[in-house]
Amino acid sequence: MTTLEYGPLDDGPLEYAPAPEARSIVAIRPSYDLFIDGEFTEAKSEERIVTVNPADEQPLAEVAAAGEADVDRAFTAARRAYEGVWSRLPGAERGKYLFRIARIIQERARELAVLESLDNGKPIKETRDVDVPLAAAHFFYHAGWADKLAHAGLGPSPRPLGVVAQVIPWNFPLLMLAWKIAPALACGNTVVLKPAETTPLTALVFAEICQEADLPPGVVNIVTGAGDTGRAVVAHPEADKIAFTGSTEVGREIARAVAGTGRRLTLELGGKGANIVYDDAPLDQAVEGIVTGIFFNQGHVCCAGSRLLVQESLAEELLPRLRARIERLRLGDPLDKNTDIGAINSAAQLARIRELAEAGANEGAEPWSPACAIPERGYWYPPTVFTGVAQSHRIAREEIFGPVLSVLTFRTPEEAVTKANNTPYGLSAGVWTEKGSRMLWTAARLRAGVVWCNTFNQFDPASPFGGYKESGYGREGGRHGLEAYLG
Amino acid sequence: MADTPARIAVRRTYKLYIGGAFPRSESGRSYPVTSSRGTHLANAARASRKDVRDAVVAARKAFPGWSGRTAYNRGQILYRVAEMMEGRRAQFAAEVMAAEGIGRPRADAVVSAAIDRWVYYAGWADKITHVLGGANPVSGPYLNLSEPEPTGVVGVLAPAGSPLLGLVSVLAPVITTGNTAVVLADEHAPLPAITLAEALATSDLPPGVANILTGHLTELAPPLAAHADVNALDLTGAGDLSRALEESAAGTLKRVLRPGPADWTDPDPGTARMRPFLEIKTVWHPTGT
Repeated sequence: MTTLEYGPLDDGPLEYAPAPEARSIVAIRPSYDLFIDGEFTEAKSEERIVTVNPADEQPLAEVAAAGEADVDRAFTAARRAYEGVWSRLPGAERGKYLFRIARIIQERARELAVLESLDNGKPIKETRDVDVPLAAAHFFYHAGWADKLAHAGLGPSPRPLGVVAQVIPWNFPLLMLAWKIAPALACGNTVVLKPAETTPLTALVFAEICQEADLPPGVVNIVTGAGDTGRAVVAHPEADKIAFTGSTEVGREIARAVAGTGRRLTLELGGKGANIVYDDAPLDQAVEGIVTGIFFNQGHVCCAGSRLLVQESLAEELLPRLRARIERLRLGDPLDKNTDIGAINSAAQLARIRELAEAGANEGAEPWSPACAIPERGYWYPPTVFTGVAQSHRIAREEIFGPVLSVLTFRTPEEAVTKANNTPYGLSAGVWTEKGSRMLWTAARLRAGVVWCNTFNQFDPASPFGGYKESGYGREGGRHGLEAYLG
Repeated sequence: MADTPARIAVRRTYKLYIGGAFPRSESGRSYPVTSSRGTHLANAARASRKDVRDAVVAARKAFPGWSGRTAYNRGQILYRVAEMMEGRRAQFAAEVMAAEGIGRPRADAVVSAAIDRWVYYAGWADKITHVLGGANPVSGPYLNLSEPEPTGVVGVLAPAGSPLLGLVSVLAPVITTGNTAVVLADEHAPLPAITLAEALATSDLPPGVANILTGHLTELAPPLAAHADVNALDLTGAGDLSRALEESAAGTLKRVLRPGPADWTDPDPGTARMRPFLEIKTVWHPTGT
């Protein structure tokens, strides 16, 4: 086997001509209203929020911040649509609406990709090749379930739950919307969804797509806003079920609020994924996998492989290769097709990353980053690797949600598993080895909902995703994901 | 010839069941247990918060071994529990009659149903993965498999009013799939639970897989619900405490099975009591040459 030799970058980084994706495909309105009962309607609340492009700090648009009265209107519409239309529609017909939506997402794919990159800061190559195609795939996959739910293994006549309250994060705005709305609708529920405060725009285009698909009014309602809006959505008495993706801290709050109400709840929360590399791992692939594991989407990924556990005998060989690979990552304009690492989504998130990285250095771990030009405007953080990390360090225990990798070592498979499981989280893990029996042995012992072996950060609508322990409960995707929306 | 004095019966001491042993409560306390008609039956150990913690430690210690056994082996051990109960039918029936205030034929039916429940779940041990697991057709060159795995340590609040059949109906589905359990027995009718513990102790069930505490629910349930090393709660017997316990469980995001209508006589309860205490793990691997 030949291996790639990266070598030092004596001549400096390779120069690429700029290759920006055209922004003109997107027509952002200066101001957006709420999407309730099939129409964009002015909010009763006079509060507005401004969403900015994190790559240059320029405002993109102003959106309504829904107040309690607005949220109430959305739930009224959703209830009416549930009882009057959606729950009475045969599954096959519900499915056709979802197929339509999938098709329109495909047709407007480039527009959605550019808009997502603008609003979120993630590289266009990711929105174009991952976020948007996967969002369309989620609708296409779930469309086919709508008339086959009796075959899902959840009983002979599964019933929808009613009106579902959904709150989603900013790291994969459109994709998380698809993860939430597609199964809810396929199972016959109607939806009130709140997108994240900093990334509301693709959800509002999705509202247009619902109109374009002639989806009956009230089946999908989108209420934009910040934390207060989110609290009003999850606390609304008309919500029969709550689905939340976000931080473990907020997840706990929601679980407390739901206690005793009998309402159903699924939570997809934080993580501190271990990426275990054994000394017989396929080295080039492992280096790629480590990079994908932590730097995909700037590390704003709940299932990121943020703890690299490398077998001690391999560390000396692996780490220089890893650094050499990271030196080739291109940070900058999210709309440039050559960009690997885009902008950090918000000033608040950047502050959190900085705070934790400082704690890492203060606690005695050693940071390394490549020479990397940081644009003058916008929120940016260079890819960073900490070595000499102890399990007690904050950067080994807390979710950083940024492009920061903590490297720990181990000697035996037992030690690898013990260290990997030494966290209250349990969302994802990776295993790199060419030995099948060791791979299966390790995968079986990892307390995590998704285990990637000799790969990392793969997602598919047919594959259930969700956590163990404090990473939440319930699954999204696949046959298992339907359980969250059926009674 | 002098009269032979009447034989003095040897009474049983009802103790806790923790880590395969039968300790008294570390608190040294007990409480009187009466029949449904108010007759004193025995003194049961009144477990303390410390006993709850000891039981959780025992359950955690037992988890890797029990969940690591083959499903076939777990099924055999559960079947062995049924065998051990069959040999103690008379004792169980007498305790059920006293506790529930029912006659012999109904008590016999309850005991039979409880024994059959172990047989039912014994058969599930190596079937549940067929039903809940499988390959997923992902759009790429990957093998993608999902499998149910046990959640971990489960706190079980046994239902009130069905001290044997109800208890078995909530405990068996939890441990069948590889979880370990800390059970709070029906506070007012705890004796069948301790007799069950004696059957479990002679059934090859590894120490710590099932731990059974007797005592006051208001004292024992809150520390169990708040314990950070408990992964899930079955609140079937929680009664008025249900809301507070669910709130407390949110602190470490425990999976919670809320109280609901239950018909303990249904001979085919299905997967409904196993699914809440299972995690779906999905493993990916590339395919290629």
